[in-house]
Amino acid sequence: MSDSNTQATAYWKENLAIIVKIMVVWFVVSFGFGILLVDQLNAITIGGYKLGFWFAQQGSIYIFVVLIFYYAKKIEQLDEKYDVHED
Amino acid sequence: MDLQTLTYTVVGATFLLYIGIAIWARAGTTGEFYVAGKGIGPIQNGMATAADWMSAASFISMAGLIAYMGYGGSVFLMGWTGGFVLLALLLAPYLRKFGKFTVPEFIGDRYYSNSARVVAVICLIIVSVTYVIGQMKGVGVAFSRFLETDYDTGLYIGMTIVFIYAVLGGMKGITYTQIAQYCVLIFAYTVPAIFISLQLTGNPIPQLGLGSAMADGSGTFMLDKLDMVIQDLGFGEYSEAKRLSTLNMFAYTMSLMIGTAGLPHVIIRFFTVPKVRDARTSAGWALIFIAILYTTAPAVGAMARLNLMDTIQVGEVGSPEGNLAYEDRPQWFKNWENTGLLKFEDKNGDGRIQHYNDKNPAMAAKAAEFGWAGDEMVKVDRDIIVLANPEIAKLPNWVIALVVAGGLAAALSTAAGLLLAIASSVSHDLLKGIIMPDISEKNELMASRVAMAGAIAVAGYLGLNPPGFAAGTVALAFGLAASSIFPALMMGIFSTKMNKEGAIAGMIAGISVTLFYVFQHKGIFFIPEWSYLESWGSNWFLGIEPNAFGFVGAIVNFVVAFAVDKVTAEPPQHIQQLVLDVRTPRGAAGAIDH
Repeated sequence: MSDSNTQATAYWKENLAIIVKIMVVWFVVSFGFGILLVDQLNAITIGGYKLGFWFAQQGSIYIFVVLIFYYAKKIEQLDEKYDVHED
Repeated sequence: MDLQTLTYTVVGATFLLYIGIAIWARAGTTGEFYVAGKGIGPIQNGMATAADWMSAASFISMAGLIAYMGYGGSVFLMGWTGGFVLLALLLAPYLRKFGKFTVPEFIGDRYYSNSARVVAVICLIIVSVTYVIGQMKGVGVAFSRFLETDYDTGLYIGMTIVFIYAVLGGMKGITYTQIAQYCVLIFAYTVPAIFISLQLTGNPIPQLGLGSAMADGSGTFMLDKLDMVIQDLGFGEYSEAKRLSTLNMFAYTMSLMIGTAGLPHVIIRFFTVPKVRDARTSAGWALIFIAILYTTAPAVGAMARLNLMDTIQVGEVGSPEGNLAYEDRPQWFKNWENTGLLKFEDKNGDGRIQHYNDKNPAMAAKAAEFGWAGDEMVKVDRDIIVLANPEIAKLPNWVIALVVAGGLAAALSTAAGLLLAIASSVSHDLLKGIIMPDISEKNELMASRVAMAGAIAVAGYLGLNPPGFAAGTVALAFGLAASSIFPALMMGIFSTKMNKEGAIAGMIAGISVTLFYVFQHKGIFFIPEWSYLESWGSNWFLGIEPNAFGFVGAIVNFVVAFAVDKVTAEPPQHIQQLVLDVRTPRGAAGAIDH
C-alpha cells in the first residue's frame, strides 16, 4: 500500500472514531434519556420540567445542535492534520 | 382595518417579495438552476434548508399533535431534528465532495449503473410526490380558511407563485425565496408563542415558560397544572403518556430521523454551498434555525391545551356550574365553529360544554354520575392549536394575519424544494443522464424549466383531487425515504465494496417491505377496502404502527444489500477509488465542472 493510501486510511479511521463517539451521545440523549430511560429520569425534576420529558422535548434538540458544530470543528482539525483540507 | 383586509395585505406583501426575488435571482445556467451555482454561504443555506425542511405539517400541525399527545408527541420533535445529525456526519459533506447535481446521479455513478439511477429516481419521485400533496393541500386550506376564497382558487394562486419563482429561478430563486420565507414563518410562529407564554407564566421565552410556574400566584408549575387538569377529565398524564409503546416510539423516532437524512429535497440543499466544510457547518446552522421553532412548539402545544381546557372547564369537575355555558363561549370559539374545525354537540342537553375523555371507562362512569352523556366537543381539529392561538391569547389582528402568511410560507417553501428535486431528477437524471446524453446545456436548462412546470401541474392536480390518503402522507414519505434512499447513500460512502447488485436489491426490498406493511394495514394504494389485514391491533408487527415502519424497512434494505453483495462480484477498481476520493475534502472545487 502506498504512503498516501496509508495516510488516507488513517484519516478515515480517525474520522470514524469521531463519528462513533458523537453518535453514541446522539443515541443516549434521544433514544436513551428521551425514550428508554424516560420513566426513571422523570423522577428528577428541574423547575417544572421532569427530566426525561425535558430531554425528549427540549434537551435532545439543543444537544443535537452542539454535536454538529463539535463534529465540524473536530473534523476540520483532522483535515489539517492529514493535510486534506480545502485551500 | 378589518381582519380580512389586513390578512390580504400581509399575505400580498409577502407574495410580492417572493416574486421580486424571482425576478432578481433568475437562473442562467443548469448549474444555477440545479444547485444555485454552488455559491450559497453556509448560514444562508442553513436558513434556506430550515424553510425547505419545515413544512405545513411542522408549522400548522405539529404543536396541535403534541398538545393532544403530550409526551408521546416527542417522536416528532426528536425525529425531525435528530436526522440532521445523521445528515451532517454521514452524508452531506461526502455528497457535496462528490459535487454533482442530484441524489440519483450519485447513486448511478457510485453504483456504476443506470438501473440503480432509475431505481433511485423512482424512489425519489414516490417520496417527493407523497410529500408535496400535503403542501398543496396546506396552501389551499390556508387560503380557504382565512381569505375566504374557495380551496381551488387558493391552490391556483399558490401554484402561480411557485411557478413564477421556481421556473424562472430554479434552485437559485428557490434559495433566496426560502430565506425570506424562513424569516416570515419564524416571526409568525414565535410572536404568538411569546405572548401566550407571558400571559400564562410571566416568562417571555416559551422554552423556559414551559418549565415555569403559573403566573396566577398559585406557585404550581404549568406542566403540573396541565397534568392535573387533563387527568381530572380522564385524559392520560400529559408529561408521561406514551405513544402506544416504548418500542413503537423508538421505531417511530428512528424512522423519522433516518427518513429526514434520506429526503432528496433536503440533501440537494447541501449541494449549493461552495465547500465541503460549508456543508458540515451548514447542517448545524439549519438545525439552529429549525430548533427555534421545534423547541417553541412543545410550549405552544402545552399552553394552548391548558388554555383550551380552562376555557371549557371553568370550575370544579362535576359541579353544576363547572362547565362553560355554550351561550357564553368566546368569539374565537364561534369563529372556528364556522370553519367546521370545532364542533359542539349538546349530548346531555344542559346547555353547557363537557369536554373529557369518554373512552376512559373510569371517567365514563364518573361522568355518568355527573349527568354527562359523552364528550361534547365532537371535533377539535388539532390544527387550531396553532391557527387559533393568537385569538385565544387575545392578540391583535395583525398577528393573526402574520400566522396566515407564515403558514403559507412554510407550505410554499417546502413545495418548491420538493418540486425542484422532482424536476431535476426528470430533466437531469432521466433526460440528460439516460435518454439524451448529448443534449446541449441550453436545451437541458429549457427541459428543466419544462419539467418544473410539469411537476407543478401534477402536484396541483393531486392537490385539487387529493387521493383519500392525503392526511397521513407526510409521515409516510419519511418511512419510504428511510427504507430506500438513506441506506443506499450511506453504504455508497462507508463501504468501498458495496456493489450495484446489492444496492439495487436493497433499495427495492426496503421500499417494498415498507409499502406492503403500510398497504396491508391501510389498503393497497390506501383504498381501505383493499387492506388485507385488520388495520388495528394484533397484526401489527411487534406493535409498530405503519408510519413507524421505515426503521424496519431500512434494516431490511441493509441486510438484503449486504447479503446480495456477498454473492456477487466486487465493484470495479475505479469505483472503489471514487469512494476513497469522496471521503477527503480536498479537491472539492474541481468536481464542480462536469
